[in-house]
Amino acid sequence: MNHASSQLSATEIAVTRGGRSIFSQLSFSLTAGELLAVTGANGAGKSTLLRAVAGLLPLAAGSLRFQGGSEVGGPIGESLHYFGHLDGLKSSLTVRDNLALWARIAGRSGLSGIEALEAVELDHLDDMPAGYLSAGQRRRASLARLLVVRRPIWLLDEPTSALDARAEATFGTLLADHLKSGGLALAATHRPLPVAATASLTLGAA
Amino acid sequence: MTGFFFGLIGRTVRLSLGAGGGAFVGLIFFLSVVAVVPFGVGPDMKLLARIGPAMLWIAALLATLLGLDRLFQDDRDDGSLDQFVLSGLPLELVVLAKAIGHWLATGLPLVIGAPVFGLILGLDATAIGLVTLTLLIGTPALIFIGAIGAALITALRRGGLLVAVLVLPFTIPVLIFGVSTITAVTTTGMPVLPPMLILMALTLASAVIGPVAGAAALRAGMD
Repeated sequence: MNHASSQLSATEIAVTRGGRSIFSQLSFSLTAGELLAVTGANGAGKSTLLRAVAGLLPLAAGSLRFQGGSEVGGPIGESLHYFGHLDGLKSSLTVRDNLALWARIAGRSGLSGIEALEAVELDHLDDMPAGYLSAGQRRRASLARLLVVRRPIWLLDEPTSALDARAEATFGTLLADHLKSGGLALAATHRPLPVAATASLTLGAA
Repeated sequence: MTGFFFGLIGRTVRLSLGAGGGAFVGLIFFLSVVAVVPFGVGPDMKLLARIGPAMLWIAALLATLLGLDRLFQDDRDDGSLDQFVLSGLPLELVVLAKAIGHWLATGLPLVIGAPVFGLILGLDATAIGLVTLTLLIGTPALIFIGAIGAALITALRRGGLLVAVLVLPFTIPVLIFGVSTITAVTTTGMPVLPPMLILMALTLASAVIGPVAGAAALRAGMD
């Protein structure tokens, strides 16, 4: 992978929701292989920041830029994976079928569906309807989505919630691999991450 | 990217046909409305045959509108909609794919069931053929128009009947030209081509306007 020169930078971004300013004058910059930990109290705007970076919420001010190394142009949304509280799994479809759709999104293809499920240790449940999975298993099934299509930016919202110690270690390995191969990641979290963050950003401190 | 488009159509069909999908509820509702009409108007076969095509169309219209409220709401509730936005497929095409999938799962069964229900109402072969043909041409228009309403209420917690109330007025032209195509042959003796061409035009126009307006409504509701 060649993301050596990839860089994500936010310049004085601000987000307003329902007429209330969530944060403003926020700037950060991330280069390949870096993990930014976003911390802050409940309601400080961690999820809002990640959704704004993903382009799911409009920016009230400021700008976001992503220079993706060899990959040229394209909207920032096509360069990132958003891993949020909602897992996007359909209860009546099997784990494999759920994942099959997400393997077809834009981006360089990564692992095959079954390999991705092996990586999150769910391959034995691949023909189980997603409705029967536990909270932690749903989370891991959702994590497999990040592996079937390679995108340089991972936006992780409370990535380790509902995961047991073993799954958290697995997640740590996957995240470390992603960073090592030139990816970058933003993680909003309350708990220490399994991979040491290279920088941190505390919201609500100002 | 076309892979995602067709994958989304397939997933919509499977979810709709699967457990709790509600594809068959529309068909059963269609049957119930049609079956109740003869009880209401009495055993006058002539009258039934005359109002039959219109009843079939109205029943199909209501059955279509009933199934629309969850079209985007489920995807919003479970986070799929966020992933659609980030998929790289333009949101307009996401709406188009969802609408096509929804038509295949809920509209097409109505078209296939229409000949059977035409028999219940005592229609003759010509009228049955025309009802089926006009429903085949017209039901996509109902769903494309309905998709706009479904996208509008996505941000609301409880859409329910609101979609039907919102969308119903805009589907009246489709109903008028659908039914007048049939009556042109069976009763009035007017030329059949003009109303049928207008019906086709309505379907084609709504196939463009529906996805564009639906995508705009989804974007507006994203906050």
